[in-house]
Amino acid sequence: MIEYLQILGQEVYKVIFLLVPILVSVAMIVWLDRRVWGLVQKRKGPNVVGPFGLFQTLADALKYIFKEIIIPASANKVVFILAPIVTMTLALVAWAVIPMSENLVLADINVGILYLFAVSSLGVYGIIMGGWASNSKYPFLGAIRSAAQMVSYEVSIGIIIINVLLCVGSLNLNDIVLAQRELWYVIPLFPMFVIFFISALAETNRPPFDLPEAEAELVAGYQTEYSGMMYAMFWLGEYANILLMCAMGSILFLGGWLPIMDVYPLNIIPAPFWMIIKILFLFLLFALIKAIVPRYRYDQLMRLGWKIFLPFSLIYLVMTASFLFYFDKLPKVSI
Amino acid sequence: MNLTRLLKTIFLVEFISGLYMAIKELFRKSKTINYPFEKGPISPRMRGEHALRRYPNGEERCIACKLCEAVCPAQAITIESTERSDGSRKTTRYDIDMLKCIYCGLCQESCPVEAIVQGPNFEFATETREELYYNKEKLLENGDRWESVLAKNIKLDKPYR
Repeated sequence: MIEYLQILGQEVYKVIFLLVPILVSVAMIVWLDRRVWGLVQKRKGPNVVGPFGLFQTLADALKYIFKEIIIPASANKVVFILAPIVTMTLALVAWAVIPMSENLVLADINVGILYLFAVSSLGVYGIIMGGWASNSKYPFLGAIRSAAQMVSYEVSIGIIIINVLLCVGSLNLNDIVLAQRELWYVIPLFPMFVIFFISALAETNRPPFDLPEAEAELVAGYQTEYSGMMYAMFWLGEYANILLMCAMGSILFLGGWLPIMDVYPLNIIPAPFWMIIKILFLFLLFALIKAIVPRYRYDQLMRLGWKIFLPFSLIYLVMTASFLFYFDKLPKVSI
Repeated sequence: MNLTRLLKTIFLVEFISGLYMAIKELFRKSKTINYPFEKGPISPRMRGEHALRRYPNGEERCIACKLCEAVCPAQAITIESTERSDGSRKTTRYDIDMLKCIYCGLCQESCPVEAIVQGPNFEFATETREELYYNKEKLLENGDRWESVLAKNIKLDKPYR
């Protein structure tokens, strides 16, 4: 019994050690997002609370905590309350398999990428639940749009992941990183990287694909009826998901925690640093894109996903497979 | 769709140039100022809070001609006058209802002795309406407080009148 409790305590300690940095970095990333957005538009962005406005998100979170949570009379209360919890939990749970260095990973499971893919696909349930349980027009329409969008871009992301897996021969995230020791996959699979990035934008409902919250048409999409801490949880989940997508992109294409080059001054810098740099780089791109693009129309979005990305990534998959097979470079998998 | 446009779409040309511009703008100075701590430039013609000016010897400029009262389109000005012992006509009452005032500057234009002027101050918000019913004392006090700026502004604007 005592032994069991000890193990439990250790695990909880590990989980807290993972979750707290993630929540803090989500807060920082929200600040960075708003700041970059402001600077590109010649504004200043948040710069009052704390040094450079760094604590703006904490102040916002505090505000949300003290706000009243309003549950619409006609809403399905259980599902309504469950929806933001599901969204946030799923966004945080996925971080368990992200390796920050060779050993610094909570769960080094052999089907890491599959787990990541599965959990990020489940995220759509939180949105559907929220939209449906609100029992109101705008949240419902927003949830339908959001669900359709996430499902359709998931397909092309799946095929892009298969592309990478063909080159690696393992589903373990650490193996995927280590396989890029010679050459980051962003170079041979560059078109796939671009498509992955655009799909990640659509997957996380970021501009130019932020249709679920197209405020001119749908007020705030599935979040319309939410207020206070429940709204903040949706929002936290959204940004945690964005960070997760950046982490996924850097593991699949940018060599994860590997240094840029395996030469002396660069390879003594600890591995998590490189991972963070790569995540930040991808996130900066996310933030810049938010500032420069107009919103897609819904049919354009669907056309892009199904008629362009899906066939193109399939063709590229066949090309990668043939190339690897022809030059006999297929990874040797030991079963 | 012609070939150039197709190629542009495939290679995301417009998008990349947009991204390049965004990165360029990222490092330029922002146009926003931190308002309560920094303030933007104000023209000498700024039509802000009203003030009644005095001559350097302390005598009020206003001669109670009531031109400003007559010209005021919002009828915000009320003047009552009397003859003083030295025979000059002076105001006993000079009220401006700052809530009615539309800050058109006609009172300033009409004044023959440059007594009523609109200064550069625009930060005179109050918590009650009553505080914005300005009387003669308040206006003269404003004039004394802003005199140096007002005189400078009138001098700067003189060539254009």
